[in-house]
Amino acid sequence: MPWVLLFLPLIVVAVNQLILKKSGLAPCLSTASSIATFIIALLLLKTTGLHSFPWATIGDFHIDIGIQLDQLSTGMMIVVTGIGMLVHIFSLAYMKDDDAKARYFTGLSLFMFSMTGIVLASNFIMTFIFWELVGVSSYLLIGHWYQKDSAADAAKKAFLCNRVGDFGFMIGILLLWGITGTLTFDQMVVPETISSGVLSAAILCIFCGAVGKSAQLPLHVWLPDAMEGPTPVSALIHAATMVAAGVYMMFRVQLSLGTDIFQGLAASTVIAWVGGITSLAAALMATQQDDIKKILAYSTLSQLGYMIMAVGLVAGEAGMFHLFTHAWFKALLFLGSGAIIYACHHEQNIWKMGGLLRKMPTTGITFGIGTAALIAVPRVTSGFWSKEEILAAAWSSNKPLFGIAIFVAFLTTFYMTRAYVVTFLGKPRSKDAEHAKDVGPLMSFPLMALAVMAIFSGYGFMSQNLNVYRPSVEETGGHTIILAASVISLLLGLAAGFIVYQGKQKEPISIPLFKNRFYLDEIYSKYIVGYLQDALAAIIHFFDELFINRLVVDGLGRASVSLGDWFRRLQSGSLQRYAVAFVIGILLIIYITVF
Amino acid sequence: MLAILVFLPILACLAILFGAPARLTAIAAATINLVIGLLACCMPKSEVWNFSLTTLEKPAIHLSFSLMDGMSVVMILLSVLVTMAAVLSGKVPAGREKIWYASILLIAAGAIGAFASTDLFYFYAFHELALVPSFLMIGLLGRGDDRREIAWKITIYLGLGSLVLLVGLVWLANLTGTFSIPEMIAAGPVDPSAQKGIALLLLIGFGTLVSLFPFHSWAAPAYASAPAPVSMLHAGVLKKFGLYGLLRLAIPLAPIGLQAWLTPLLILLLGNILWVGLITINQKRLDSMLGNSSVMHMGYIFLAIAALISAPENPLAKSAAILLMFAHGISIALLFGLTDRIERLTGSIDMDDLGGLAKAAPSLALIFGIAAMASIGLPGLANFSGEVLVFLSAFKNYDPMTGLGPVQITCILAIWGVVISAVYMLRAYRRIFQGPSLKSTESVPDLSLTDRIPALLLIIALFAVGLYPNLLLNLLK
Repeated sequence: MPWVLLFLPLIVVAVNQLILKKSGLAPCLSTASSIATFIIALLLLKTTGLHSFPWATIGDFHIDIGIQLDQLSTGMMIVVTGIGMLVHIFSLAYMKDDDAKARYFTGLSLFMFSMTGIVLASNFIMTFIFWELVGVSSYLLIGHWYQKDSAADAAKKAFLCNRVGDFGFMIGILLLWGITGTLTFDQMVVPETISSGVLSAAILCIFCGAVGKSAQLPLHVWLPDAMEGPTPVSALIHAATMVAAGVYMMFRVQLSLGTDIFQGLAASTVIAWVGGITSLAAALMATQQDDIKKILAYSTLSQLGYMIMAVGLVAGEAGMFHLFTHAWFKALLFLGSGAIIYACHHEQNIWKMGGLLRKMPTTGITFGIGTAALIAVPRVTSGFWSKEEILAAAWSSNKPLFGIAIFVAFLTTFYMTRAYVVTFLGKPRSKDAEHAKDVGPLMSFPLMALAVMAIFSGYGFMSQNLNVYRPSVEETGGHTIILAASVISLLLGLAAGFIVYQGKQKEPISIPLFKNRFYLDEIYSKYIVGYLQDALAAIIHFFDELFINRLVVDGLGRASVSLGDWFRRLQSGSLQRYAVAFVIGILLIIYITVF
Repeated sequence: MLAILVFLPILACLAILFGAPARLTAIAAATINLVIGLLACCMPKSEVWNFSLTTLEKPAIHLSFSLMDGMSVVMILLSVLVTMAAVLSGKVPAGREKIWYASILLIAAGAIGAFASTDLFYFYAFHELALVPSFLMIGLLGRGDDRREIAWKITIYLGLGSLVLLVGLVWLANLTGTFSIPEMIAAGPVDPSAQKGIALLLLIGFGTLVSLFPFHSWAAPAYASAPAPVSMLHAGVLKKFGLYGLLRLAIPLAPIGLQAWLTPLLILLLGNILWVGLITINQKRLDSMLGNSSVMHMGYIFLAIAALISAPENPLAKSAAILLMFAHGISIALLFGLTDRIERLTGSIDMDDLGGLAKAAPSLALIFGIAAMASIGLPGLANFSGEVLVFLSAFKNYDPMTGLGPVQITCILAIWGVVISAVYMLRAYRRIFQGPSLKSTESVPDLSLTDRIPALLLIIALFAVGLYPNLLLNLLK
C-alpha cells in the first residue's frame, strides 16, 4: 500500500508520456490517480512502519529507498494528497483550453510523485533525490508557457536558486553522515563527544537546502517570479506543499537527532532569525504589490518565515501545525485568485478589478474566508490557532522575535485587507472586471472544500483525527498578553487597510523600496550573476586562452612545426599519409623502447 | 567471444573498404556487438569470454582478452552502447561513406580492444589504434575552417601524452618483468622507490588523455570540430581509457607513489571543475560548451580516484568512479548526437542565433532536456547516482573529531560545480529551446524515427542506471 502511494503517480507519468500524450485522457488519468492517492493516504493515517529496499549497494554500504510511516509523514501526506487532489480537479476546468494539457497534468503527476517521496523518505539521500525532483517538476510547471520569456526565465531562476541551496544541503548531509555515521533518519544519534560548533555547522549547511526550497532570505527571489506558472500550480507547489518542504525536512531532522540538542545551539538562533527577518521583509514587500498573485506570493514567503522561525525556536510542532493550516487557506487563496484571473481574462492587476464580490459571490466569500484565516481572526479560523502557537513560542524564548512576529501580523492584516477591499469591494475598474462571472462547479467545489478546511483545520478534533503535530495546550504562560497583542495588531491592520484603501481608484501610497523588493533582484542579476559570475568566467576564459592554450600548447605546436617541416619533405601532404606515418611512428617508438 | 567483439568491427571495417555496403555493414556489426556486450553483462563469469594468442615469445606478449572484473564489463557495455548510437548518428557527406563508417568501427574496435586486453602491450596499442581514425575524421570530415589545425593539435597533444604514458608503462613492465596485467596486479605494488616516478608518469600520461587540467585544452576544440559520431565515441568512450588505466594499473601498482601526488591532483581536479566550469559558462556555441563541460565533469571522476588514493580501502570510491564514467559517457554521447541534429535542423549552433525550438521540435526538446538534466545530475538519471556516490566516497573517511581533510575540502569546493553545471546547461536550454520562436526555428521538422532510435537507446541506459543503480553496481561485485 505505501508503495502504491509512492509509485502510482510515477506510473501515471510514464503512461501519460508514452501512451496518452495525444489522446486527451492524460488529465483524467492524473486526476484519478490523485484521488486514489488521497484515499490511500487516509487509509494509512495513524499507521507506522518502515519499508525499504536497497537502491545502491556497494559492499556493506547501501543507500535505500525507504518509506517511513509515522505521525509526521502520514499527517503531511494528507496535506499533499488532499490539496493535490483539489488542485487537479480545479485544473481540469482552469486548463481546459490549454493546448498542452497533457504536458501540464504529466508535470503535476511528476510533482505528486516527488513530493510524496520527500514526505515518506526514510533517509537523507532519498530526501535529496526527491528534493531535486520536486525542483525539476516545479521548473517544468513554472515554465509551462515556455514561449513567454518571463516564464522561461522564472523557471530557470527557480531551479538555480534551489541549486545554490542544495549545494549547502549536500554538504550538510555529508557532514551529518560523518557525525552520526548513518544516513537513515531513525538511526541517527549524535555522539556526545561532538562539539556544538561542528554540529551547528552541519545543521546550518542542511538548513541551506531549506533556505532554497522554502524561499527564505537571501534565496527568496525565485518564489515571486514563480507566479509565472499556471495559478493552480502556484496553489499546490508554491504555496501549500513544496515550499513547505524545507520546514518539514528541518523538523524531520530535529526529530531524528532529538530536539534537546537543538536547544541553545547557535544554528537554532540563526535559523530563527532568518525566518523572522524573512517574514518581516516579505510582509513589507507584499504591501506594495499590485499583482494579486504576487501579493499572495510574498504573503507565502512571510508565512514560511513564521514556520522557519518556529523551527529555529525549537518549536517545530508549532511550525508543522502552521504548515498544516496554512496549506489549506493559502491554497484556497491561490485557487480563488485563479478563479478571478480566469473570470477576468487573465487580468492580474488588482487595480483593474473591483466589485467582484457581487459578480462572483462564491469566489468572493471563499476568498474572504481564506483571508480571515490568513489574518488569523481569533477563535473562528484555523490560522489563529496555529499562529498563536508560534507567537507563544517566540514569547517564551525570544522577545525581539516576538515583536517582529506581532508587527508582521499587523502587516499581514493590512495588506490582505488592501487586497480584499481593492479586488472585491467598490466598483469594477475595467471591462474585464465588469463582465466577470462566477466559475463553474469544477472550480467552485475545490474552493468550498478548502474554505471548510480553512476554518476547521485548526480545531482540536481535526488535528487529532488527521494526526497533525500540535503543541500540547498547557505548556505556555503569558497567553493573555499574546492574545491581546495579536487582537490589537489585527484590529489596527483592518482599520488601516479600510481607511487607506476604501473607495480608492489607484494606489494612494507609494514606497518604491518595498515595491521594488528592496532592489535585491537587481543587485543579484547585476552584481552577483553579471559581475561576479559572468565577468569572472570571461576573465578565466581569457587567461586560459592566453596562458594554457596559447603559450603552452602553441609553444609545443611551434616546436612540432619544425618537426612537421621535416616530415613534409618526406610526405606528400595528404592527411591519410600522415596518419599512416603516425601509426608507423608509434609502433617504432614502442618497438625501440620495449626491446 | 571478446575476440569477436574486437575483431568484428575491424573485419567490418575492412569489408567496407573493400566495397561492402558501408552503412549496412556498420549497423550490422554494431548490432551484433551490442548483443554480445549485453550478453557479457548477463554472464560475466563465464569462460567463453577469454581469448589468448601468443604473439611474441620473448618477451612474452599475448594478444589476450578477458573480463578481468566488473569494471571491464561496464566499460565494454558503455563502448557497445555508444558505438551503436554513433553508427546511427550524424550525416555522412556525400561520397565519403567508406571512410566515415570505417573510422567509426575502427575507433570502436580500438576502445573495446583496450578495455578487454589483459596484456599491457595491446592495452596501449589498441588505444593508439583508436586515435588514428579520430584524427583523420576531424581533419578530413570535421566542421569549421581550422579543423586541420585542430587535428594536428590533438595529434601532437595526445601523442605527447601517450609517450609519457608509454614511458611509465614500460617502466612498470620492466619492474614487474611481465606484460600480463593480471600477473602484475597479483604481484602487488611495485618497488616503493620507483612508485613516485611511475605514479607521476601515469598521472600525466593518462591525465592528458582524460583532459586533466591543465592538459585540457585539446578537448573542447576537438569535440567541437569532430563529426558527431567521433565526438560521441571520443568524449563518451575513448576518453574513459585514461581513467580506466589509472584505476586498473596506477591504483593497485603504485598506491604509495600516488599518495605523494595527492595534493597536486586535488588542486588539478578543482581546476577541471571550477576553472573549466567557469570557462564553460562563457561559451557561446553549444558544441564548445559541451566540449568544455565534458572536461569539467572529468573532475568528479578524478575526485573519486583521489578518494581512493587517500584511502585505498575505501569501498565506495572505485564503484562511484566507474558508475560516473558510464553515466558521463552515455550522457555526453547523447548530447553530442543531439547537437549535431540541432545544427542540421537550424543551420547554426551559436546560441545567440537560436530560440524557441521546443515549439517546432517538441521531441527534440524533450530528449535534449533529459540529456541536459542528466548532465546536471538530476536524480533518476545515471549521472546523479555516480555523483552522489563520489561525494559520499570522499566523505567516507571523514572524522568529525579531527576535522575536514584535504579530500573533504576538495569535495566541498567541487560540489559548487553542481551549481555551475546547472547554470550553463539551463542557460543553453533556455536560449535554444525556450522563448518565442525565431524565423530560423519556427518551421524546422522534429526528430525523425531514425534520429530517435540512437537517442532512445542511450536514454533507456540513463534511466535504467539512474532509477536503479544496483543494475550496474551488481556487475561490479
